[in-house]
This record gives sequence, C-alpha cells and structure tokens, in this order.
Amino acid sequence: MAAGAASGGSATTDTYAEAKTWLLMPAWVTIGIFVLAPVLMMLVYSFLTKEFRGGVIWEFSLSAYDQFFFDRGLFGDDPPKIEWTYIAIFWRSIWQAGAATLLSLVIGFPTAYFIATQPEKTRAMWVFLITIPYWVNLLIRTVSMKFLLRDQGPLNDFLLSIGIIDSPLHIVNTNFAVQLGLFYSYLPFMVLPIYAAVERYNFSLSEAAADLYATKWVTLRRILLPAVKPGVIAGCILVFVPSMGSFLAPDLLGGAKNFMIGSLIEEQFKGNAGNWPFGAAASMILLTMVLIILMIFARQQAKAEKGAS
Amino acid sequence: MSDERENAIDVREAVKRYGDFTALKTISLTIKDNEFFTLLGPSGCGKTTLLRMIAGFENVTEGEILLYGQEIENLPPYKRPVNTVFQNYALFPHMTILDNVAFGLEMRGNSKADARKRAGEVLELVQLSQFAARKPSQLSGGQQQRVALARALAPQPKVLLLDEPLSALDLKLRKAMQIELKHLQRETGITFIFVTHDQEEALTMSDRIAVMSAGELQQLGEARDIYERPRNMFVADFIGETNLLEVSVDAVEGGRAKCHLGGGHELTCNAVDEIGAGSTVHMSVRPERLFMSDAPTESESLKGTVKENIYIGTDLSTIIALADGPDFIVRTSNSDRGIKRIFEPGSDIYVNMEQGAARLLID
Repeated sequence: MAAGAASGGSATTDTYAEAKTWLLMPAWVTIGIFVLAPVLMMLVYSFLTKEFRGGVIWEFSLSAYDQFFFDRGLFGDDPPKIEWTYIAIFWRSIWQAGAATLLSLVIGFPTAYFIATQPEKTRAMWVFLITIPYWVNLLIRTVSMKFLLRDQGPLNDFLLSIGIIDSPLHIVNTNFAVQLGLFYSYLPFMVLPIYAAVERYNFSLSEAAADLYATKWVTLRRILLPAVKPGVIAGCILVFVPSMGSFLAPDLLGGAKNFMIGSLIEEQFKGNAGNWPFGAAASMILLTMVLIILMIFARQQAKAEKGAS
Repeated sequence: MSDERENAIDVREAVKRYGDFTALKTISLTIKDNEFFTLLGPSGCGKTTLLRMIAGFENVTEGEILLYGQEIENLPPYKRPVNTVFQNYALFPHMTILDNVAFGLEMRGNSKADARKRAGEVLELVQLSQFAARKPSQLSGGQQQRVALARALAPQPKVLLLDEPLSALDLKLRKAMQIELKHLQRETGITFIFVTHDQEEALTMSDRIAVMSAGELQQLGEARDIYERPRNMFVADFIGETNLLEVSVDAVEGGRAKCHLGGGHELTCNAVDEIGAGSTVHMSVRPERLFMSDAPTESESLKGTVKENIYIGTDLSTIIALADGPDFIVRTSNSDRGIKRIFEPGSDIYVNMEQGAARLLID
C-alpha cells in the first residue's frame, strides 16, 4: 500500500488494471470453451455439407437451412414450397414448453411460498426434500412417470378402485403427458429461484398492505408478486428454455405424434442415419427462437416498468 | 375532564401467550379519544406485542380489546380502522411515494385519481410534495419516515399506531420529529399510540404514558406523574436519573414516613399505603431535587463528603458519600453557578432535600 502510494497514483491504477485482466482470465477461458466454442462449432457445421454415415464434408452449403424451410419434392427439382413439417414441430415445442412452464409456475409458486414461510430451521429440510427426486437419473424418472400414468398403471388403478372413473384415462402419448413430464423434470428450477426471492421478501410489507385495508388477494397481486418478480421470471426462463429443447419427455411420454424439436435434433446425431448439418441448423434456429422470445419478454418487461413509474 | 372523552381503545384483561411463553400478563388499560398515548418500556416488555394486537397482527389469547366500544378480535387487520407506522417503515419499494401514500385510500374504495389527489395533500402536510414521483429507495431515512407517516395518516384512521418510528433517525432529526409528531397529533385530532423505549421521547410527547416491563403494566399516568411520583422501583429507575436507596421505615404518620438510611441518617419520605412501619424498602429522590450547603438548613439535611464532580454540559453532577452511609448524586444546574456554590472534592457538606422530594417505592 505504502509503496503504491509513494510511486504515484497512475502506477497503482496500472497495477490494478493488469491484475484485473489476469484475474478475470479463468472466467473468460471458461466462457470461451464452454459457451462460445460449442455455439460457433454448431454455427459452422450448420453451413457444411452432410456426409451420409453421419459427420460432415467441409464444403459450404445452405442445404440444411433449405431443407428446414422448403420442400422441393422427392428428387429436389420441384419448385420450392414452404415446408410446414418442421415449423409445426417448432410451434408444438413452444406451445408445450409454455404449458409446462405455466404448470410449473402454478404448482411451484405456492410450494416456494410455503417453504419460505416455514420456520428457518425446517426450510433447509424442505428444499432438500424438493431436490431428492432429482438425484435419480432423468431417464429413469421419465420412464417411471410413464409407468405411473399408463392405462394399467397405479394412477388409473387407483382412480378406478375409488370409482371416480369407469375406464382408464389415456394419458400416455398425449400432449398433456409431455407437459406433465416436462413439468416434473424441471420443477425445482421453478421452485428454487422463487423460494430465494420470497425468502428475501420483507413480510412487514404484507403487514403494511393489510394495515392499509388490502385483502390477502390484493396483497399477493400488488405487493408480493412485484417484489418477487425477478425470481418468478428466472424460474420461468429456467423451465421454458430446457423444456423447448427437451427430447426425453416427448419421446417417452408423447409418442410419435408429439414429436418436439429436441427429438428432431437428437435424431440427426444418433447412429449412422443422422444429418449433422441439419441438426446443427435446427439447433441454431432453436437458439435464435429462444433468444427472440426472451428479448421480446425483456422488452415488454422494461416497457411495463417504464409505464409504472 | 379527560374522563368525559370517549374511550378510543379499551384493553380488558388482555393476555398474550406464545406456547409456554407469556408475552403479556393480564393488561387492562384505556386510551382516550384524541390522546397522545405512549407505551414505554425496555425491549421485550410486551409493548410492541400490545400494539400489534391492536393492529390485528397478533390475536389475543385471553381478554378483549375494544375499539371505540366495538370488539375487534374477529376483525382482520384490513378491516380495522387503525393504521400503523412501522419501525422499518415498510414502504412498498416498487411504488412511487405518491402511490405509497395513495394505497390505503385506494383500498378504501376511492378512485385512483381521487386517492392520488388526497395523497398529494397529505404529502404536502409532511412537506414531501417534491418527492412524489420518486421511489422510496431514493429518499433519506428521515424522508422515508415521513412518507410512512403520511401513508398511515392518509386514510384518516381513527387510531394511529406508531412502532418506534423514530429509532432509526439521528438525535437532531429525532428531536425535530418529536415536536412535529406532537403538532400533527393536535392538528389531526387522531388518537396516537406511540411505542418507544426512549423515556425522554415519551416524556416529551405524551399526554399519558404506560410504563411496561416483563409483560406487565408498571404505571400509567401523565408524564409528570410518572417522573415525579414513580410507583415502584422499576419506574423510578427506568425513567430519568435517580438516587435509589434502601431505607428502613420507622413510623408512618399523616402521609409521611420517618425512615433511616444505612449509617443511621434519618429522613422523611412520602409514604405509600402499601408500606407500613418496620419494613425495609427503597426510596427514590431525583438528583435535581437535592442541594448542597456548608451548614444544616431548614430542610432535611444529611451530612456527607464530596467525592467527585462530573461536568455534563447543562448540569454539574456531584457524588456525595454520607458518613458510613450510601452515596448520593446531586445535580446542580450550570445556570445556577454563582448562586449556588461549587464544592470541591473532599469538602464536608450537607445534602438537603425539599419536603416531598423523597418517595418510598414498592419493590
């Protein structure tokens, strides 16, 4: 310290700047290797030519994107028409992921609120209980879910035995089963950020609202929700984004009719029948879509904030 | 005269228990309409619990609380015509100052425009109009405090509850706010119930004070009563500075008790009904009610030696040891210098007390 002060202010600043550069290196290297490199690789691959047994030929081509958006007939020489197959899969993915996110929010918010309002000692235990199922492999959990929901499964057996239904509910191989599977896969990602936000919430604000003649419902809507909004948004993003690209739940619970974009991409890289550039292009389109959705969301958020003040 | 006023709050044998712990032990008190009433006591004495019971945040384990004659136990907080100024202010962080103040009015069914207009008027009252569009985090502690006050006053509650609202402010600001609050109470005519652990604050502001300790009401009265005629040891000790000494009561006659201190010094105290001759109790005499002299005076005089003089700004505090007896503290106002002599340490002097200055206390 004393030496730094003696050698003048600018020297000290330089030393700090240099130290800052070096100390930030691990972060930059991590981001470079684990974030930028894979995305760049995918971007490059999506513009290459496919090799028939998987892999790529290093030759520039737009055919992956062309295949995604246009239908040129069986031999590729018809005039191009818009290819709706993949766009429909995309649309279904957005819709399914959105429904799963909504389901997670409806179930996850009260759960998070419940945990956050427990005595401090028991909160850790509740969080622990929420995460226990997630120690089991996702594949196993999704298969178990299928067993649970199938026509002769425990759920239907139970409902039949207590006489609520006369014939088994067909849940497996429906959109709803996929939503349920996605909801179950990513629920903690909804609960934990909301829990963290509610735990930080100053409950005397709720008391103040009640004191000022606000009912519980109004207090929830006008005081609690705005205060924990960052947690809710984080939870929704953390559930929506992986749900969009998920392939286990749609594959196992949705059947062939409920194909999602994740399954489409997965198929392109599996075995020898895949089309790597096409998979990469679909991934890039997925990435772009997610970014666009998040940006629209963020912009609306900013607009709402501006309107409020 | 004050007895003719309506009772704003009537607490009848209210008890509050949390499991095995009793926070309030059978409290009964009435608070008059248009009164500045203070609940005073150290932390953990139950004063905030009582306030929260009136607000509706805590239920009453036993007994009842009446608000203008109406039993309120079954009313949730949002149906009680009382508002609270919270200790940490609890301003809504995502709302502007104006919307904070308008919130209660809006909840009471005023239109948004009307609520905002009235809120603007209340902000003017606390001189914060220019901050109406800001968020709470952009205001200083003192300003936030006034917003909290404005927000609680805006719906014109019948009773305003204040939970140590000034404790986070610095001394100067606190003093200014004490006066401002007192004026505000007179202007609005709203009953104020003020909770504090600061005895000076309580004495400055209150019409009446309830001194509480360990979940019990120790004494209830006007500031002067509490200070000059403390009922028991706790009140005498908690409020202001005092000489608290053990005495033996020799005889009680006509409201006066003849007593002696350790070392055989005799003195006369104001008697209380509960204490008879032959008992050993404590007595209290305020340091400013004592004066020193070279020779015995017509007042009661006790012989002693000056131990130490302590300069404390407005006053000079002198510690005197009675021969074979306890120490006394005597306060001399510095404005009396020249009239009253300053005695150097080591001087032999007499401690004199006016009649009625010393009081016996219940333990």
